Amino acid sequence: MYRLLLCWRYLRTRYIALASIISVMLGVATMIVVNSVMSGFTHEMQARIHGILSDMVFESRGLAGFPNADRHMQEIRRVAGAWIEGMTPTVHVPAMLSFQVAGQWQPRQVMFIGIDQDSYSSVSDFGQYLQHPANRRKLSFRLREGGYDVVDHQSGPSVPRRPQMAEAGWPWRRQKARFAQADANPAPATPADADTRSSDPFLARDQATSSGLAEGKTFDPARDQHAGAILGIALASYRGTDGADRFLILPGDDVRLTFPTAGTPPQAVSEALTVVDLYESKMSEYDASFVFAPIETLQLARGMYDPRTATIDPDTGQIDLRNALTYCTSIQIKVKAGVDLDLVRDRLRSHFPPELYGIYTWRDKQGPLLAAVQMETAILNVLLFLIIAVAGFGILAIFFMIVVEKTRDIGVLKSLGASGRGILGIFVGYGLGLGLVGSGVGLGLGLLLVAYINEIANLVSTLTGHPLFDPSVYYFHKIPTMVRPLTLIWIVAGAMSIALLASILPARRAARLHPVEALRYE
Amino acid sequence: MNEPGRGAVLVTTPPPNRLRPIWPDDRRALDHRGAARSDPVVADGAAADPHAALSTVGLRKSYFRGAIEVPVLRGADLSVRHHEFLAIVGQSGCGKSTLLHLLGTLDAPDAGAVFCHGRRIDNLPVAQRDTLRNKHFGMIFQFYHLLPELTTLENVLLPVMVANGIWRYLRHRAEHRHRATQLLQQVGLAQRLRHRPRELSGGEMQRAAIARALIAQPKILLADEPTGNLDRAAGDGIMQLLRFLNTTQDLTIVMVTHDQTIAAGADRVIRLVEGRVEEP
Repeated sequence: MYRLLLCWRYLRTRYIALASIISVMLGVATMIVVNSVMSGFTHEMQARIHGILSDMVFESRGLAGFPNADRHMQEIRRVAGAWIEGMTPTVHVPAMLSFQVAGQWQPRQVMFIGIDQDSYSSVSDFGQYLQHPANRRKLSFRLREGGYDVVDHQSGPSVPRRPQMAEAGWPWRRQKARFAQADANPAPATPADADTRSSDPFLARDQATSSGLAEGKTFDPARDQHAGAILGIALASYRGTDGADRFLILPGDDVRLTFPTAGTPPQAVSEALTVVDLYESKMSEYDASFVFAPIETLQLARGMYDPRTATIDPDTGQIDLRNALTYCTSIQIKVKAGVDLDLVRDRLRSHFPPELYGIYTWRDKQGPLLAAVQMETAILNVLLFLIIAVAGFGILAIFFMIVVEKTRDIGVLKSLGASGRGILGIFVGYGLGLGLVGSGVGLGLGLLLVAYINEIANLVSTLTGHPLFDPSVYYFHKIPTMVRPLTLIWIVAGAMSIALLASILPARRAARLHPVEALRYE
Repeated sequence: MNEPGRGAVLVTTPPPNRLRPIWPDDRRALDHRGAARSDPVVADGAAADPHAALSTVGLRKSYFRGAIEVPVLRGADLSVRHHEFLAIVGQSGCGKSTLLHLLGTLDAPDAGAVFCHGRRIDNLPVAQRDTLRNKHFGMIFQFYHLLPELTTLENVLLPVMVANGIWRYLRHRAEHRHRATQLLQQVGLAQRLRHRPRELSGGEMQRAAIARALIAQPKILLADEPTGNLDRAAGDGIMQLLRFLNTTQDLTIVMVTHDQTIAAGADRVIRLVEGRVEEP
């Protein structure tokens, strides 16, 4: 009882010791803030990566892909069907995107992905990242009349608006067509017409390959569209220092994609596609490299089908792949919630020949990035924990001082029959109390800082005139944070044990004091 | 809170070679340590005065100043009867306080033995000596030694808190507080229960210290210069109080003082000269 009473009284009367635990408090608060921001970052990034990639990908090692996705999916289901929720075939091919801005052709190196528009959204969060509300509900590769988001729907109303998106869609396409017409018209003769055509080298090749239009029908850019394409938002836009996005390409514009065919040797083919939506996952790596199109477009253009099984649609004169034997390069797999991805991966790997098929989880695909973030967090934690350790030495020194100051009292307690353990208990309890107060206040402070971190960052930005968090560097508009209770427990427990360890040495000294010498101490 | 036998070593027991037998029974006392712990009435009491509340046989104690051995007690034999008010006088530095500390088991003698009611106490295990100090001896000091962080009442309650764990203490908290309040009334501090020691006068602090020494209802009070820091009037007040306790509550008191007039208030005065006891 006396231990508790004395601990309590010492806590309330020795303010110098409270000063010593300010460093514990600051250390705890800093650790909480850093961990929350880091795990917020990691979480946001993982969520994005995971949302973009499906849980698992089953891919061909060759560029030509494998035939008959259905057979493969059946086989996958046979091996690991109990764990699998959904699958969809895709075609991945490296490609070059070209688009014309102010008469200048700009190239981009991209990953061209053919997706099945009905099932692709079921294996990933693909749909969420599109800019047209209707596309988010149900993906379509037809250009919409309008209604694209002017405000980034993932960030809320506080971010800069995108006024250009208000014009996007068919109105933009018709306007562009009208301007092109007006440019072409002043010289009504046919040679001029030929000139405009020859000025677009891609168009000239389209004519040669007669891109999929029914016979006798001419392509009218004001009414017709090419196959739809969804562009990563960073491919054709840039972000100003004010955080607002400027678009070079809007839904309604045409772009060209050049990619290799599936044959050997591969030949470059070019396809004209109409941008129907933009894709914003906020992972710059993906936003600056992905172009999505219907899987049939790629299969047709790359020759990824068996010509003997393909039919010709009598109405449009186009090749119909619905019943054909087609090829694809990968199968995206969605695994049921709670299932260990590595387990499924290993099961599949043991079943399919590894020379032909690569099977990876989304974590495998982004392993180095995730590992780097994890390593950064670990190093930061070690460094910050050293701060608390320094605080521990402060407690050690102050405790020795207090033990010296309290020498006579210790002698009195011993003369009253207090045991060495009892004396030890007072000071260890005192240390624990200081640790508790320090880490408790630190916890509160840390959580408060985390809760208002964006406001604080803004305040610091206004005070210093230097943006602390530049939205053009990160693809986040706010600093992401996530508080993990387990991390909090670890931090507090670590701080407490340091305070405890630092108090044990002086406490042992107190416990070993000889009562007579302690009483005689002046 | 005071588990017996588990405490860290407070007082270093003398190494065996220094415990040389000084009288025939000493060896047996060591042999029968186990018996001595369980049964207070042991045979080695024969060597001491069996009627004494407290007695010592051939106590020796030296201090070391660096490498130089300074002998303080050189075979002090002393016997305190029940209900006696004994004063030990002597010049400063003659070993009065050391003798009192040895009587109260705060320190261990280099040689010799201390007996309490015929039972040897100087070689008891640490935990039992702690209990002994807590329950059987009350101690007061020249500088009162009240804990500055605690109120008068809490200071008085301290021995009870030391003796009891949290739950046991809290269960009987009201009783303990009642008894402490009564004691403080008895010593004339009824108005000072909530005051801190620094708000009290010297005499009041010593009264509070006496109340603290008596809360565990000990049989023996060891007083180390209780009036040494007080003026004449306050000192007389303390002496009256001690005398009162001695006569009304059958308290055995051993008081150390250098003041002859104060010592005159005791039943018996012994003089400590060159580490030995001289009866006048």
